[in-house]
Formats: sequence, C-alpha cells, structure tokens
Amino acid sequence: MALPKHASTLERVWHYSYLVICALIFLFLMAPILVVIPLSFNAEPYFTFTEKMLRLDPEGYSTRWYDLLLTFGMQAPDAPRDGSWWADAWANAHWINAAKNSVIVGFFSTILATSLGTMAALGLARSEMPARRTIMAILISPMIVPIIITATGLFFFYSSIGIQDWGIPYLGVILAHATLGIPFVIITVTATLVGFDHSLSRAAASMGADPMTTFFRVQMPLIMPGVISGALFAFVTSFDEVVVVLFVGGLDEQTIPRQMWNGIREQISPAILSVATILVVISIALLTTVELLRRRSERLRGLSPG
Amino acid sequence: MADTPQSGPAPDVPTRLTTADGKPLKAALAKAQAAARRRAFLLVLPLLAFILITFVVPIGQMLHRSVHNEGFAVHQDIGSGVRTPIMTNLRDWFAANPQGTEPDEVAYEALVKDLVVLRDLKAPGQAGTRINYERSGSRSMFTKAARRAKKIEPPYKEAMLELDEDWADPELWQVMRGAVSPYTSNFYLAAVDRERDAAGDIQRVNENRRVYVTLFVRTLVLSILITAMTFILGYPIAHLLATLPLRYSNLLMILVLLPFWTSLLVRTTSWMVLLQSQGVVNDLLVSIGLLSDDNRLQMMYNRWGTIIAMTHILLPFMVLPLYSVMRPINPSYVRAARSLGATSWTAFRRVYFPQTVPGIGAGALLVFILAVGYYITPALVGGADGQLISNLIAFHMQKSLNWSLAAALAALLLAGILALYWIYDRLIGIDNLKLG
Repeated sequence: MALPKHASTLERVWHYSYLVICALIFLFLMAPILVVIPLSFNAEPYFTFTEKMLRLDPEGYSTRWYDLLLTFGMQAPDAPRDGSWWADAWANAHWINAAKNSVIVGFFSTILATSLGTMAALGLARSEMPARRTIMAILISPMIVPIIITATGLFFFYSSIGIQDWGIPYLGVILAHATLGIPFVIITVTATLVGFDHSLSRAAASMGADPMTTFFRVQMPLIMPGVISGALFAFVTSFDEVVVVLFVGGLDEQTIPRQMWNGIREQISPAILSVATILVVISIALLTTVELLRRRSERLRGLSPG
Repeated sequence: MADTPQSGPAPDVPTRLTTADGKPLKAALAKAQAAARRRAFLLVLPLLAFILITFVVPIGQMLHRSVHNEGFAVHQDIGSGVRTPIMTNLRDWFAANPQGTEPDEVAYEALVKDLVVLRDLKAPGQAGTRINYERSGSRSMFTKAARRAKKIEPPYKEAMLELDEDWADPELWQVMRGAVSPYTSNFYLAAVDRERDAAGDIQRVNENRRVYVTLFVRTLVLSILITAMTFILGYPIAHLLATLPLRYSNLLMILVLLPFWTSLLVRTTSWMVLLQSQGVVNDLLVSIGLLSDDNRLQMMYNRWGTIIAMTHILLPFMVLPLYSVMRPINPSYVRAARSLGATSWTAFRRVYFPQTVPGIGAGALLVFILAVGYYITPALVGGADGQLISNLIAFHMQKSLNWSLAAALAALLLAGILALYWIYDRLIGIDNLKLG
C-alpha cells in the first residue's frame, strides 16, 4: 500500500484520507469492546464516563460491579470473606450458577457437535460421497435458518415428546445447541481437509497400516487444528445462545446469556458490563487459540512459510 | 458367453478385462465404488440422522401447525389425553349448506347443542380462542353462551341473539365455517393481512389491522439498508487488509475477528451503552459542542438502533468473503492499466472492482440472509419501529399465544430464506463459506 514516488497531489490526498476512513471503520468495529471494558470499572451506577474517570482519578474506578456478580443471590453476602463465604458464593450466587450451567451445556453440546461433525466432514470430503451438495446444504442449514424459527420448532417438538419428563437435565438445550454448533464444525474441518494430501493416507496403507491406524496416526494429527477450531466455535455458539434457552430451557436452567438477557430487559446495571468484560476476555483467549491453530495447520500442510 | 482366462479369447474378439479372480473388471470396479460410496455415506449418516431428528422434523412439525389448528374441531383432555370431536352439529350444518347461506333456526339449534357439549367438556374457552384469532371479541361470547347453554329454549335464534346480538354477525359465521375443519389456510391469509368476507371471498383486512405486510416490507428494507452499510464499510477495510503485507494485515485482521468472536449480547449491550441519550456518543457530541445538551440524539429504541448495531454485528460476515476474494487478486493488472494511461479511478473501476464482484455477491447474500431473520438485537435496541418479522413471531409465540399465526409467519420467512440460501449455494457454493 506504499504510495509511489510519482503520485500526484490529488492521489496523495486521497491516499491519506483513505487511510483515515479505514481507521475510523476499525474504530467503529472496536468501539463497543473498547467502551465496555473501562465502563465496567465505573464507581458510579452510570453508563458513561464520569469526570473522575476522565481525570484518571482512582476514586472514579472500582471493582464494585465485579463484586456484585459474586454476591448477588448469596445468603450472607456481608459475612467476613473466609472459606464459608466462598462456599456460599459457589453454591448460591446467581451468576456463578449461571456460569456453571453454561459450561455444562457448552461442554456436552460441543462434544456431541464435534464428534458427529468431524465424522461427517471426513465422509463429505471423500469424492465418492453421494448427493454431497444436498447433504452439505442440509447440515449447514441450522446456521442459516433464523434462530427464532429453530426455537419455535423445538419448543413444539420437545413438548410433544415430553423431553422434560425424561429426567435428564439440560437435555433439550444440549441437543439444540449441538445442532447449532454443527455447521461451524463442518465448515472448519472441511476447510482443513481441502488441502489434505490423500497420497499420505495411501502411503500409510501401502506400508501396511490398517484404516484405523492410518486415521489416528496420519489423518487425525493433520486435521486436529480444524477439529479444535470447530469445537471452539461450537462452544462459543452454545455459550452465547439465548433464544433457544428462553424457549425450551426449564426455569432452573439459567445460563449466562439468559441471565444477561433478563438483566438487560429489566433494568440494565453496570454489573452487566462486568459480565460483558469477562466474556470479552474469554473471546480474546479463544480467538488467540484459533489463530495459533490456524497458523499451525497451515504450517503443517505447507500452505504458508513459517 | 463369459470368457474365462483359461480358454483364451478368439483373436478377433476384443479382450474382456477381468480381475485376477475372473470377475469382469467393470463389475468389480462398480462394486468397489459402491462400497466406497457406502463407507462415505455411513460416516455422514449419524449426523444426518441427528440433524433430521433435532432440526428438520421440529421445523416441519411447526410448519404443519400453520395449516392445522383443531381448536374448534377436537378437544383433548389434558389429564387423560382423550380426544373428543366438538362442534359436530355445526360441522354437519356447514356441510349441508353452501357458503353464504343465512344461518337459520337449524343452524342455531346445532350451535346450542355444540355449546352444551363444550360446557360438559369445559372447553368453551379453547373453542372461543380459536375463533378469537380471526375475529376479536369472540372468546367471551363463547364462554358466556356456554355457561347458559343448558337453559336455552327454542326458538334458538332469538334466544342466542338475546344473549348477544353479535351471534348474527355474518363474519362470525364465516370464521366458524372455516374453523370447524382443522385444516385451514386462514393463518396464511392473516399473515399477509388478508381475510375472508361473509361470502368467503378474500379481501384485505381493515386498514388499522394491517401490520404484517408493513412488517415484512420493513424487514426487507432494513435488511437491504444494513447489507448496503456493511458493504460501504466493509469494502475499504477488506481492500486495505488485502493489499497490506501479511504480517500487518494479520494484525489488523484481529480487529475484525475479535468483534466476530465476541458474544452477540455483549455487543448489543455495548451499543446500548454507546447510543443511549445519556450515553457515550451523545456525551461526546455535547462536549465538543456539536449538540446542545437538551437536544440529544435519539439513536436507540428506534430503527436507528437496529441499523447501527446490526451493521456492526454483521460487518465481519461481509469483510471475510471480500478479503478472501481480494487477497489473491494480482496487483499487476491494476499496474498494467495504469501504465496504459488509466487514471487510478478508471483502473479501480474497470480492472480491480470487477474482480471483486464474486466476493461482494457472497458477502451481501450472507449478510442479507442473516439480517432478515435477526431477533435479539432488534428486540433489545429496536424499540417499537425497529422490530423485524422475527420479533413478531416471538410475540405471537410468547404473548398472544396465536401459535398457528406465528407458524404461518415463520413459514413465509423460512421460504424466503431458503430461496436465498439456494441461490447462495448455486452461485457461491456452501462449501466456500469461511470463518476467518
């Protein structure tokens, strides 16, 4: 993008204004994230920067909203903070319980989505696969169909088969979230399989490896980055999903997004912003992992140098 | 007929190729391919079955609900599950008398008999609700009439009209005629602001009740607007990312991917914080003097909130396909154009831009498909005039409990989206979808 030496004045002006425009668009992209993080440390219950915050006065900042996340719902929030206080928080705090539920639902739906999705992607990547296009379109469709339609359909379906009475907690939500995560697994795993060199499998077979050995020793290590990325996508999808939980989740199946949704709809408090900040930190961690995996995968498959 | 290797072919007959164990090669190959196909399919089968059961069947079942509502035809006891046909006398009368017949004494007698049945089943509320979907105010007429049904003496017509004059309303009879059969297209008519008049002809509903077509149009207009906005904002940065050296563009790409990975609720919440009238954007505008304090912009709880927040949320879905198309474009084409005397604008317009059209198509279609079905963001920041069709489906599911109408609206939305999805698959191919 460097400007050539012979550029005219007009081109120079345009070039720099173009860079400014791009900077503004990047600012637009990042603004919500940049604003939420400092505001979650606001000492006052407002959603804007107070004068003290702008002066960088330490008094303008506090961690009271993070504290509220712990104490909200506790039986004795004002007791001294010893072992029993933490036990109380672990057992009773609403946000901690929501986080536990979110992790349980996310974990099982990710396992389900990843194992089924990876198997299917292996099949779909084979050239012999019949009706490949149609099947792929069906498997990706949960990503395209509006979430409200999925949730409505599941609401009727689950109540007609009476899934609530089966006695397995979270079952409905886990199955639904697995369905929503599957397209991401399929997309990421097929992407790693596109550049897959099938002569590697044949080489393994010619040296006497049976199909299982070939899969676990040759294919699996190569597609692993794609599988893990897909799993992370599936987990994030579940961790962020609120509509299905609202429609089919039981009253005690409170997840983080559902708790946030209620908080936003009823009375929005800066505590929501501290949850948001924690979620942003989690997404940064996940994004970093996925990026590192992508680079590793490209290096393994020799797509890009170093 | 079959040659065996031992006998050897006649010199003038072309050799039929066989495998070592004597099978014709063609058949052996076909068999091997069939086995390979079967193996590939078996790998996909578990997932396909899973998706069919947890996704396709539920949606199909919901769609069935949009044409099937037996609220006025069958009563199902909640406890025992026993199903009893209701309104049978009325159904017989409707079957015997064609569309548009004035309800006579026989009809009212049938109605009263059915009301007695309803009362015994404790079902007048259910039947009344079904009629109420299409003619408001009917539910209370049914519950009230059913309470007195046993005491009503002939002449029935007079007695019923004494209870409520509305029983003579031809529209009511038209609705009941439609509702005695569980299969109906009336919910689809309602979803496009149409109804049947007393003679059974389709007409538009009263002006003050026309909401759904307006909402479909609004969903369409807002989605187009949002798609255009993501294009205007996404094109420059995709171009920048595609032309910078990889080590810089990978860094800048994080600025696109981080919002993409951040929770939807988090992003919507932060837009609420930014846009509210005491929020960051308004404060900033006031403090630099662009806006007076009592004149703050109302950017949230109206359609602006929906447009701004959704543009932000869907922007990565535009940038990523654009980027993957722009990255491999060879810069020497533009240089060649310049060296042949094209201005930089002409070189961009005639040489660079046409090469990016596939990316624009892919991004725009994807953003549009996702925007049309959006629910969460409009529900939180949209206010009254920023609601989309999904929000109305949720309203009928959760508040008005008119599930058949919700299903009909959902079916129309789904039909539109599947059509676009099909176009996307034809033009771009679903396996070209990339996520960062």
